[in-house]
Amino acid sequence: MNRTIVEMDNIVKSFAGIKALNDVHLDLREGELHALMGENGAGKSTLMKILTGVYSKDSGTIKLAGEDGSLKEVEIKTPLQAQHLGISMVFQEFNLLDNMDIAENIFLGREPIDGKHCIDKKKMYADAKQWLNKVHLDVDPKSKVSDLSVGFKQLLEIAKCLSFDARIIILDEPTASLTDRESETLFSIIEELKRNHISIVYISHRMEEVFRLADRITVFRDGTYIDTVERKDFQEDQIIKMMIGRELQENVPKRVEKAGSNEVALEVQNVKVYKNSTPVNLKLYRGEILGMFGLVGAGRTELSRVIFGINPIGDGKVLVDGKEVKITCPLDAIKAGIGLVPEDRKDLGLILGMSVKDNMLLPKLGTFKSPVLNKKDISNITGTYIQDLSIALASEEEEVKNLSGGNQQKVVIAKWMAMNPKVLIMDEPTRGIDIGAKSEIYAIMRKLTEEGMSIIMISSEMAEIQKVSDRVIVMHEGSVTGEMSVSEATQATIMNAAIGIEN
Amino acid sequence: MKKIKFDTFRQMVLVIILIVMCIVWAIMSPNFLTMNNLMNVVRQASYTAIASVGMTMVIIIGEIDLSAGSLIAASGMIAAAVYKSTGNIVLAFAAAILSGVLVGLFNGVLCAKGKLPGFIATLASMTILRALGYIITGGDPISVMDKKFTALGTGYLGVVPIPVIIMIICIIIGSFIMNKTRFGRYVYAVGGNAETSKWSGLNVDKVKILVYVFMGVLTSVAGIIVAARLGSGQPSAGQSFEMDCITAAVVGGTSMAGGKGKISGTIVGVLLLTVLVNGMTLIDVNSYWQQVIKGVIIVVSVLMDTRTKKAK
Repeated sequence: MNRTIVEMDNIVKSFAGIKALNDVHLDLREGELHALMGENGAGKSTLMKILTGVYSKDSGTIKLAGEDGSLKEVEIKTPLQAQHLGISMVFQEFNLLDNMDIAENIFLGREPIDGKHCIDKKKMYADAKQWLNKVHLDVDPKSKVSDLSVGFKQLLEIAKCLSFDARIIILDEPTASLTDRESETLFSIIEELKRNHISIVYISHRMEEVFRLADRITVFRDGTYIDTVERKDFQEDQIIKMMIGRELQENVPKRVEKAGSNEVALEVQNVKVYKNSTPVNLKLYRGEILGMFGLVGAGRTELSRVIFGINPIGDGKVLVDGKEVKITCPLDAIKAGIGLVPEDRKDLGLILGMSVKDNMLLPKLGTFKSPVLNKKDISNITGTYIQDLSIALASEEEEVKNLSGGNQQKVVIAKWMAMNPKVLIMDEPTRGIDIGAKSEIYAIMRKLTEEGMSIIMISSEMAEIQKVSDRVIVMHEGSVTGEMSVSEATQATIMNAAIGIEN
Repeated sequence: MKKIKFDTFRQMVLVIILIVMCIVWAIMSPNFLTMNNLMNVVRQASYTAIASVGMTMVIIIGEIDLSAGSLIAASGMIAAAVYKSTGNIVLAFAAAILSGVLVGLFNGVLCAKGKLPGFIATLASMTILRALGYIITGGDPISVMDKKFTALGTGYLGVVPIPVIIMIICIIIGSFIMNKTRFGRYVYAVGGNAETSKWSGLNVDKVKILVYVFMGVLTSVAGIIVAARLGSGQPSAGQSFEMDCITAAVVGGTSMAGGKGKISGTIVGVLLLTVLVNGMTLIDVNSYWQQVIKGVIIVVSVLMDTRTKKAK
């Protein structure tokens, strides 16, 4: 067995009197990939921020293996100190300066100096090249970070960690915005790091990844430590049960055909997503969930933006209930009975600094007759949705930014429910949301369609598409390359269409 | 114990500071607590307070208005000039307020439709307006000593100066809009996140333009009062007036990042700053030192916000 290089014991951390971590434990062995799992708010990131000196712990001990291999207690007070101790973290939102080049980013604040004052550019770029090679990143260290793809940025962050001589690298949801191919590259580099005795703490919601990569798994729930287990001895559902503390209601109820099920709720005709792509034609039937799959850049989000009036529609047409509607701005789309739950919840779906109530009512306010607000009416509306969607919060006056991802998403959904739209487009509705809340959102979606709403669900998660959709459309480079019922939607047929092979 | 919201707590602190300051001045100067002086203080506060109601809204939508000081001069001069040539007081005030509407439209349209930052758009209108004032009069004030005109600045209703009554009306209107109406929610929403607002079906441009117009109207009202008080429309009036409004809003807890702020906070800010200056003048603090202390107060009040946010 490999020796232990980090041991965190009895860690306690409170924010404003609320315990975010209560007596938790983590130990990390040399060269292992240790997955840290738990729902949002379980305390994973908080613990990692303590290990990297971003937060200071209230009590508990952190021990680190020294040169001789024995564990010694350390106090980690700043991120810089953590880096000197060989602990580096790659955050979900990268810590890169887009306006500077790769080498400048790697050596920020510790640029090699020639003689007295000037930056030794030659050495800096040569060294940078070396670190890039370690992560098999074949780019010019002089290129601007803003020109790099997300996948490249991820690898650049890892190169940066390595340049600090990191022994421990913490990856927070590293594949959240990577394409499948980029993820594969990342995984092979992770394997290589492990062979070089680097330990990795891996935070991810993606079960398949964790079960593929991890040596051991530690589970947290509500700020408490549940257990650390060997991955090979456990099954996914056992881990999920540890995470949420109960059995998961897995199955999404299927669509029940009824009168009106063959009516077309939304029709898109001749919409060009990109300048040179084949125009898109599609139909959405009443009460169905239409899954829309595609790889990054397939144009799904762009298509939803056209339908919602953000992007210009060109020669295309949108028909709601068989009637053409002119949509030039979101307000037109909303008036026509279309709602959009955007992919980027925090920047486009919500106003983080505003209360739950105000967020929920944002589109609704315009439909009130009187410009003066009536408190009682408002509370009636918000109260209903908070209860119906079981949104967990202290008060409807609470700022949205304090809610968990799942509850935030429910607020966005409530915002549209209040408008009672005919068509709801949901772009990656469960991205970054923990498993428990995910299945709740699926259930809400099904309930809405049973009440006659029609939903387009854009998703990059194959399993989600297969589990939730009634019908599946696949896009590739701005055009529809596959359309199938969910029973025909096997992984292979979906994937073929997604990479542009017509079925 | 019921948790008090930070905003409320912050405002309580400001009010306590205001009260403590009043006590200190009362002890140090026998003139401070006289009716005469206190009325003087609120009258001084009134011009700034009126425009600050608008400035708070402008800052909440995430913009700024630098042209307020120039508009004080311009609207005052228009009121004086129109009254002088027509003798019609209603027409005079209407013309001045119309100028405020136009300046607000100019700022708002440049900012919303032209996609200029409010800072730049209003920097331009500030420069242009100030210069126009000098060009039209050749630098001379337009003096109007008629009682009908000056009453608005110097008159009383009972013991209360008329500017103070106008101030109270403006505060009530502003607070009502921000707290009780749909439009108020829109103002906070646009400042909190303009993109999300747009994606929720709000007409973001319209909200911005209307806020600037409201700011223009309030500023021109303040401009009329200033001219009435001075008995003349002066091209040099209102120098750095906009900075006083911004200072009051910021001290009162309005966030320059937009989306957060309260008119009540701004009003406490105005009173705090006015009482500070009044007291220091009474005890003969050199006016340059007064400015230094003002600067320190800005820093401390905003530090209070950033520190508390960090501690959260």
